[in-house]
Amino acid sequence: MKRPYSASTVFLLVFLTASATAGDAAKMMSVQVRQGEVRATPYFLGKIIATLSYGDRVEVLGSKEAWFRVSARGKGVTGWMHSSALSEKRIVLKAGGRDAEVAASGGELALAGKGFNADVEAEFKARNRNIDFSWIDRMQAMNVPPERIAAFLREGGLLPAQGGGK
Amino acid sequence: MKTFRGATAIAFLLAGLAGWSGCAAMEQVSKVGTSVAQSAGVVTGEQAKSINRSTAAIAKTQEDFTPEQEYYIGRSVGAVIVNRYKPYPDPQANGYLNLLGQTLAQASDRPETFGGYHFLILDSDEINAFAAPGGLIFVSRGMLRCCKSEDAVAAVLAHEIGHIQLRHGIQSIEKSRQTQALTILATEGAKNFGGKELSDLTKTFEGSINDITSTLINNGYSRSFEQQADVAAVNTLSRVGYNPNALVAMLREMEKRLKPGGLDFAKTHPSPGSRIKDIGSISGSAPLAEPLARHERFRKALGSI
Repeated sequence: MKRPYSASTVFLLVFLTASATAGDAAKMMSVQVRQGEVRATPYFLGKIIATLSYGDRVEVLGSKEAWFRVSARGKGVTGWMHSSALSEKRIVLKAGGRDAEVAASGGELALAGKGFNADVEAEFKARNRNIDFSWIDRMQAMNVPPERIAAFLREGGLLPAQGGGK
Repeated sequence: MKTFRGATAIAFLLAGLAGWSGCAAMEQVSKVGTSVAQSAGVVTGEQAKSINRSTAAIAKTQEDFTPEQEYYIGRSVGAVIVNRYKPYPDPQANGYLNLLGQTLAQASDRPETFGGYHFLILDSDEINAFAAPGGLIFVSRGMLRCCKSEDAVAAVLAHEIGHIQLRHGIQSIEKSRQTQALTILATEGAKNFGGKELSDLTKTFEGSINDITSTLINNGYSRSFEQQADVAAVNTLSRVGYNPNALVAMLREMEKRLKPGGLDFAKTHPSPGSRIKDIGSISGSAPLAEPLARHERFRKALGSI
């Protein structure tokens, strides 16, 4: 009788499969923030050359500290994004809609637009009419352009944040 | 026969691995395992999907709240805070706080969040500061009065950014509620939520907001979370060129002003003295004077807070 696969064969197979997938394909990542800024240099005060949207896919071409050099195919954009703006998960958005839909369940897909989302917030507001969100909306409009940050650092005798975190 | 043995081997493999691996690792292994099993014809595609789905549900942790969900949680937590304490609407003071805060956030370990970092002063004499998940940070006038320099304000903000970077708010959602939310999501396919699911999810959401706000306002984080945020603050401050000792100076001032048994920082934070002891060894001992231009802009924006 032919010997069936042993546990160690299965083990070997598991690890070979895992390493083959890791090595071959181009590394793709998804933009996990609402406005993914692409910069000319790996540096927050670097010129912003494009803004990608939540869920956009980028190919990783290289990295420097916490920054990835990425290319967004089809948009003709190549530049640097900070790693905290990117996820390894694929984020699937429903075509044409702001709300998103998951194409399949499973860990490799982020549940874009699912779970705690704008609909849940609306329902929460309907149940808690005493809670006013207007100051939250005003807060979120308080944005500081990079030039002002650069001037703030310079005038205060501070260091430009090379690389940003990590 | 062969198939049966193969299936046993795979089941054995999965069971064995489940025994010692962490949740995330388990999810990964199970996925690879089931795809091997599937290609060997041991389980059907449907069964494989179902195994992956349930393993994924078990393996979920707070990291599985996407930045987008964290953003919505943070908005509601922020709304609760700003309704309890009133906003201090001075545009100059808030503008300065955002300029300083966003500068610091860029130097933190998590410079980008779904909706970015935003700062607001609360019109309260209490000595308090709150970080809502995703990047909404609130600082009371009472807290700002403990700050005698821009470096000290930077220290307060860097500490709150530390809580956001380390996702401490999300981690104060009760585990059972996290599982609940993620189970509703895990059982969900591609279809949109109907009325009942939305209602269930909103209840879970409400509970989560309550878990976080009661931690922030009433119970406080553990001493170890506060220590972690202080360490993160010292790193961020040093990267921007602020004196990390300003954190110690601010804590000393706070110690003078905190009323024992008060309902603010005194209640939700380890005593300033114990924090100073914890920070002491990491912040070095550079002198505290800050350049004149830096001090002037601080005085102009917050001098009469």
